[in-house]
Amino acid sequence: MIQGTEGIQKPFGLVRKKRFNLKESFFLSLIRMLGFTGAILLIIILFFVAYNGIHVLSWKFITQPPVEAMTEGGIFPVIVGTILLTIICMMVVIPIGVATAIFLTEYSKPGFILNMVMMSMYTLAGIPSVVFGLFGLAVFVVIFNFGMSLLAGALTLAVMILPYIISTSEEAIKAVPYSFKEASLACGATKWQTIRKVILPAATPGILTGSILGTAKVSGETAPIMFTAAAFFTPGIPRSLFEPVMALPYHIYVLATAGTFIEETRPIQYGTALTLIILVLGMNLLGILLRARQRGKKAW
Amino acid sequence: MKWQTKEKAVEVAVSSIGLVSVIVLLLIGFFLFKEAFQIFYKIGVLKVIFGKEWYPTCEPPSFGMFPLIMGTVAVTVLTAAMAIPLGLATAVYIAEIAHYRVKEFLKPLIEMLASFPSVVLGFFGMVVIAPILSNWLSPILSERLPELLRGTNIPFISTTLADFCYDKLFISSGLNITTAALMLTIRAIPVIASIAEDALTAVPRTYREASYSLGAGKWETIWRVVIPASVSGLSVAVILGIGTIVGETMIVLMVAGGAAVVPHWIFDAARPMPAAIAAEMAESPYQSLHYHALFGIGAILFIFTFLLSLVSDFISKKYRAVRIGEKV
Repeated sequence: MIQGTEGIQKPFGLVRKKRFNLKESFFLSLIRMLGFTGAILLIIILFFVAYNGIHVLSWKFITQPPVEAMTEGGIFPVIVGTILLTIICMMVVIPIGVATAIFLTEYSKPGFILNMVMMSMYTLAGIPSVVFGLFGLAVFVVIFNFGMSLLAGALTLAVMILPYIISTSEEAIKAVPYSFKEASLACGATKWQTIRKVILPAATPGILTGSILGTAKVSGETAPIMFTAAAFFTPGIPRSLFEPVMALPYHIYVLATAGTFIEETRPIQYGTALTLIILVLGMNLLGILLRARQRGKKAW
Repeated sequence: MKWQTKEKAVEVAVSSIGLVSVIVLLLIGFFLFKEAFQIFYKIGVLKVIFGKEWYPTCEPPSFGMFPLIMGTVAVTVLTAAMAIPLGLATAVYIAEIAHYRVKEFLKPLIEMLASFPSVVLGFFGMVVIAPILSNWLSPILSERLPELLRGTNIPFISTTLADFCYDKLFISSGLNITTAALMLTIRAIPVIASIAEDALTAVPRTYREASYSLGAGKWETIWRVVIPASVSGLSVAVILGIGTIVGETMIVLMVAGGAAVVPHWIFDAARPMPAAIAAEMAESPYQSLHYHALFGIGAILFIFTFLLSLVSDFISKKYRAVRIGEKV
């Protein structure tokens, strides 16, 4: 909503019927109750995982590798694996996403090619994550011969998050006022100079926010890395791009479903789940707060 | 270098990077169908899709995907029945009813729910919902309730209904399609809600003003003006929500039970298509028929979600100038 329009809607909130209307109040309260369900469920799950996981979390837990066939010890390599996967993924996807967004907003002309790009973006956004996993397996692992590795997993994740990065970057670039561009062009700057010196700096906060939210999405994904990067167990942190890694979401899945010590490792499962939630929702919250701040600060 | 050359070079570079998403989509399609071709060619399309037996590791193996497809259908229908009303109600609440302070608090929560790791939802379903269903709900529904009903001595209720409860409400395992549907609902609510909310806020305020000035109440305005005006956007939300449910992997992998049989009742276990891929890919040898069969499942999922996005693109293009599904 545009800032400052909240007050304008207020009079309609004050419209009251003189007579008590059963149908009105029934449906309105029904919607109120149903509308809160998602948020309430989120809070319940958060509290449950936090309640069970908080006493597992400790400095030792996040800085030590798993020992005794993963029934004890910490999850240090797992955290490092997830962070590496996410960082490499973002290093690949942000340049491509931003360039695509520049193409869409500045260079493309309406027509077949633009339609194709938009269409493929929408389609990519709808493809199930496990299908991206299959694609990563067929292309990055087998054809490019990366094997089950950090690089293959990060590239698979990059393909998956590409449409999100493109659309958030596109929005950020579109939000830059046209007058900025006109002013720059009027000063004699070329198109590329305008984009690089005027439009991109103005759009950077928006692009950054989108990327942070994208990072949150990527770091919680399991299915795309299952066949491309994630290992059941590695002795330490990966030394090269071509080694398999452990990752938080896959670690939870493995501990909770496979192996002989499912009940014994429950505390570690809760601890890992809590770490993942803190990582994902922390990034998410950071993105949301940044966005709210930008909206408040915008000078134009 | 002349600046014109530089400008041209940049334009060419940016445009070719812009085509990456098209190329990636084509590559995904190409490799899925390349790897899936074998299974459909060797066994036959109809036999694969309508074959009733999925025994990929038996000797001789049998690759009938019908149980997997029905597993996905069952889970999707159950989830849709819960997630669509909840998701749309959330959107209506945020867009129309909520005070803006509540809205500022609720919207970020819904957004967080959207990126909540699905593996944690699956884990929650495994360790909380499944035991609740099998240890707590099942005895009440299949033992106490029939006893109570038999005691009433009312015809039909004390006989047929009691027997029905006794037979059908017994939950042998908490890992079944109902548990999966409950967890999938949590996954699908934010997807539906965020797109539907965009659709609702895109309805011009003048529509509401006109309705109020004619004396309509808040609910009447929502039900008869705002929702009909945004019905195309709402249907896009529902379609994309269904796409999310069908493609969600970790939840069905962890809590749907994993039995590759056609589910007949809401407390039966099933193995939906994404779960089959995720569970079996590790144990299928490279380039074996099983490997190709799993890519075949992937190809079916790809075609299905491709059709869904075509339909939603068509709807939003046809009925609106503003694209509604843009924020995914």
